[in-house]
Amino acid sequence: MLTNLIQSVVAQTPPALAEAATAASNAATTSVGQVTATSIIFFVAFISLTLYITYWAAKKTKTAKEFYAAGRSITGFQNGIALSGDYMSAASFLGIAGMVSLKGYDGMIYATGWLVGWPALMYLLAEPLRNLGKYTFADVVAYRLREKPIRIAAAVGGLLVLITYALAQMVGAGNLIKLMFGLPYEVAVFFVGIVMLVYVLFGGMIATTWVQIIKACLLLGGVTALLLIGLARFDFNPGNLYGAVAERYGEAALSPGGLVTSPIDAVSLGLALMLGLLGLPHILMRFYTVPDAKQARISVAWATTFIGYFYCIIPIVGFMAAVLVSRETISGVDKGGNMAAPLLAEFVGGTPFLGFIAAVAFATILAVVAGLTLAAASAMSHDLFVMVVKKGQASEHEQVKVAKIATVVFGCIAMALAILFKGQNVAFMVGLTFAIACSGNFPALLLSITWKKLSTAGAVAAIIVGSVTAFVLIILSPTVWVDILKNEHAIFPMKNPAIFSMPLAFLAAWIVSLLTPDLEAQKKFDTELVRTYLGVGAE
Amino acid sequence: MATDMERLLNSDRFKRLVRIRWTVSISLLTLLFILYYGYIFVVAEGKDFLIQKVGVHTNYGIIFGVGTIIGAWILTIIYVVWANTVYDKEVQGIKDEFLK
Repeated sequence: MLTNLIQSVVAQTPPALAEAATAASNAATTSVGQVTATSIIFFVAFISLTLYITYWAAKKTKTAKEFYAAGRSITGFQNGIALSGDYMSAASFLGIAGMVSLKGYDGMIYATGWLVGWPALMYLLAEPLRNLGKYTFADVVAYRLREKPIRIAAAVGGLLVLITYALAQMVGAGNLIKLMFGLPYEVAVFFVGIVMLVYVLFGGMIATTWVQIIKACLLLGGVTALLLIGLARFDFNPGNLYGAVAERYGEAALSPGGLVTSPIDAVSLGLALMLGLLGLPHILMRFYTVPDAKQARISVAWATTFIGYFYCIIPIVGFMAAVLVSRETISGVDKGGNMAAPLLAEFVGGTPFLGFIAAVAFATILAVVAGLTLAAASAMSHDLFVMVVKKGQASEHEQVKVAKIATVVFGCIAMALAILFKGQNVAFMVGLTFAIACSGNFPALLLSITWKKLSTAGAVAAIIVGSVTAFVLIILSPTVWVDILKNEHAIFPMKNPAIFSMPLAFLAAWIVSLLTPDLEAQKKFDTELVRTYLGVGAE
Repeated sequence: MATDMERLLNSDRFKRLVRIRWTVSISLLTLLFILYYGYIFVVAEGKDFLIQKVGVHTNYGIIFGVGTIIGAWILTIIYVVWANTVYDKEVQGIKDEFLK
């Protein structure tokens, strides 16, 4: 989905994924777009292994704590890999490599933006989140405020983020799988939906975590192999590669190309990328799988290490694809450049390596969607059903049952929407996800931890004002108002609303909290402090 | 227990812990903003500088891009090292002093 975001930000061209599928069948010189024996073997191996793990995990998934939080049995290191698995989508793998291969240096600017949220997550949220919450980020916001309004607002804000992200992932998945294996779009969507449902439904968080870990190892290993095999042709010296890039495509390929033209838009995009991470429910939820705050901290350290490494080497893969495969071939298969990495794999390692990389991309898609679905199920069942409808009084058996029903409901909604949006431009969806996450969820979450005077109405106001402003401004922005709704001029000139919508959410929280002082909540803030900073009483 | 808790909450030691925790967080966050937006600023305004060569073929642009990622990683690790050595020790100390 990164590709989509990049395109939405960078150029007015619609994402080329859809048209690309037709182009793929025309490219006769490559096995990309065909099902090969090796891709089947790797693919079946991955599915068998993950289903076996799901079977094993199912036996250990009896209680709500096991279903949502893997019984808090995951170590910091394991959770770090799983977090990186949750975050590194197929599109950031295929999309950044493609962007660098076709546009050169500009792709690298984006790669940096995707990492900088992680240190911010560490400084502001990781430990308090682990100490205060149980299963969802709404637990933290609702800690000393009135349950009902907070749970409803936070669940709606969270679900809005998850559904837009899942939709972008599913539409992308359908297109990518069609590109890579030649499977029809609907079949690909159903397949991803069903397999992902099996993971989450039977194996809960334990299975989802291990699927993420396997996927992250495959992805990091696969890209490292691609890097080493490719760099061998440049005497393992990236300098030689840059020389070859400059020789073939000119110095322009190695210098900024007018991506960052509007400074305020660039600042706004940076804010959304950085702080949006701090409002993504499926990422925040992972912190409850570790035993304590120290392990939560270690999780972020490892996640940052793996993700940083990934974004350091992906641009090199993109440059190698440009030199070895050529821009013409890459854009011939897919205008958006998404097939740069698979084509490079085929060039340096033949069909077997292509099969491996294709299977890795598929595993990546499956794992990300599974993580989103589990987070959505927890928002629906834990926040809405257990805490609002049942007022916290539900048996373990009932909680798990409702969580599983919610899983199926969300999975079906995601599949249905993906079919409905077939061939549509969903470029704005990722921008929307990060904008709502950083404007709706993040301000309420941060203030609930740090600001004593935050009241229930203030927190609800922050979530509503942030989400609604971000949503409306994206609709009125050039990405949707001009590109999709085909209007002449955008009503809101910027592509990223975060710089307005996020401060507005903070402002709403501040004004409303001062107007509706919540003395009960202020009194509870003191005991919250002990739990936030010392971990006393943490679950 | 309640009195223990009140003593803890009103103690200078606990207040100092919270203050230092946020001083470290906000300082590092400021460095992160300077690092990232500094990079974006140079990309927007300093193109002539970025295309100058560092080695035979590598230019400053590539070094700065990778440097931003590595810098963000280092800023994360600094916090972990600080928290694991200084913060956790003080947390344990406060718990031992007030809650036993």
